[in-house]
Amino acid sequence: MTAHALHGDLESTALYDLPGPRARRRHFFYGIASTAVILGLIGWLLYLLFDTEQFTAAKWTPFEYKGIQELLLKGLWNTLKAFAYASVFSLVLGAVLATGRLSLHRPVRWLSTLCVEFFRAMPVLVMIFFIFVALKVQPLPALVAGLTLYNGSVLAEVFRTGINSVEKGQREAAYALGMRKTQVMTYVLAPQGVRAMLPTIISQLVVALKDTSLGYLITYEEFLHAGKLIASNLDYDLPFIPVVMIISPIYIGMCMLLSWFATWVARRERRSPKTKAVDIDIEAAGPGAVLPGRI
Amino acid sequence: MNVLTDNFALYGKGFLGTVELTVYASLVALVLGFLMASFRVAPVGSFRVFGTVWVTILRNTPLTLLFFAVLLGLPRFGLVLPFQLFAVLALGCYTSAFICEALRSGINTVPKGQGEAARSLGMSFGQTLGTVVLPQAFRSVIPPIGSTLIALAKNSAIAGAFSVTELLGTYKTLNELGYSIIWTFLWIAVGYLIITLSISALFNVLEKRYGVAR
Repeated sequence: MTAHALHGDLESTALYDLPGPRARRRHFFYGIASTAVILGLIGWLLYLLFDTEQFTAAKWTPFEYKGIQELLLKGLWNTLKAFAYASVFSLVLGAVLATGRLSLHRPVRWLSTLCVEFFRAMPVLVMIFFIFVALKVQPLPALVAGLTLYNGSVLAEVFRTGINSVEKGQREAAYALGMRKTQVMTYVLAPQGVRAMLPTIISQLVVALKDTSLGYLITYEEFLHAGKLIASNLDYDLPFIPVVMIISPIYIGMCMLLSWFATWVARRERRSPKTKAVDIDIEAAGPGAVLPGRI
Repeated sequence: MNVLTDNFALYGKGFLGTVELTVYASLVALVLGFLMASFRVAPVGSFRVFGTVWVTILRNTPLTLLFFAVLLGLPRFGLVLPFQLFAVLALGCYTSAFICEALRSGINTVPKGQGEAARSLGMSFGQTLGTVVLPQAFRSVIPPIGSTLIALAKNSAIAGAFSVTELLGTYKTLNELGYSIIWTFLWIAVGYLIITLSISALFNVLEKRYGVAR
């Protein structure tokens, strides 16, 4: 193996030299010791699980029943449904708010800035509860509305950063060709801006997917809610741990798939000669960003 | 309007609950994030793997699920701690993954020559990281850490929904007492704005004082 393959991108930090034979032996020893500690921790965890009888048949039988499986699948479907609505609506709201913030008319600009800053500063759960409790909206629309307001405002900033990242010459050239304001935006700036920000946009959708689980707190019958129903069943001896063991890998897996997709798109963009890679975090959206987004 | 004046004590308790939760969870997140960032750049492979697994899993877990697992799952497991402590641990661990990533990108902004100079003075990996690279990395990642902590303050609302005393939780009592819901939520919103704007202001000051332009 070459030194480069061994150290990968860490070489660039220059925190340590390429290890010689003695250092390598020492590192090997550290590796063995730390692996032993981790294995010990896992073993202790397993012991605790067995000790508190988490693997007894009673706690796992419910998952064999068709009704329970259907309950879980229905929950998963509801989660995906909320995610689909929330992502489409937030993309639309984001586009609208970004257009507002880039508008040449001062009142429009101020109004959209106010919206963006306010909805980004509020905890998304407070908005969802407000819509659910005060406006007495059904759980699904309340969840979708809350997620849309929050993620839409964050996406508005992402779109704006993307459009501002397009070189000034592009806009000037388009105007010189006699295009109108709307044409410049839709034919020249938006396609390039969105392409540059695509990875960030997908990462924000991961946030939306994660936040659909907030529906659990307003009794929307999503995946976690289905899990809670099963977990609090006395007949099966309250299988909280088994439910967590089944639900978490699915949630984490879905989010990881979407995150990997974002990374893959980012890598492709960086290789593409058509776009200049834009490595801008939402957080680093410039001095305008008084209140940065939620993670 | 009189929701606030009538129930100042209740609001105050909720507000302080959120502040406490934020402060303690921030401390947990900073310490763990620092540790994980050091793990992720360590020369020993198993440390790097551990750090990567920690960050990848926690970044992709919905916080509600984490609260569900910690607040409702762990007690079934024979681990009984006060709810508040569970909430601090869940929030802290979740946020530590984001702190770790911020710090790691900060480490990458420190010029390579700094590490080389430290090594040529005979410093070990720990010394290079602890006395030369990380202090500089900290200075360049003040803004992203600030936004991560603001996010933490906002996320603490989820703890309230899981019946930990904090700001959002006050709405339940006030709703039962028959106060106007709109005003109740308005003051909750103001409470959160005070907290997030204070953190934002604090980190602006920190950045002016200690930030570095690279």
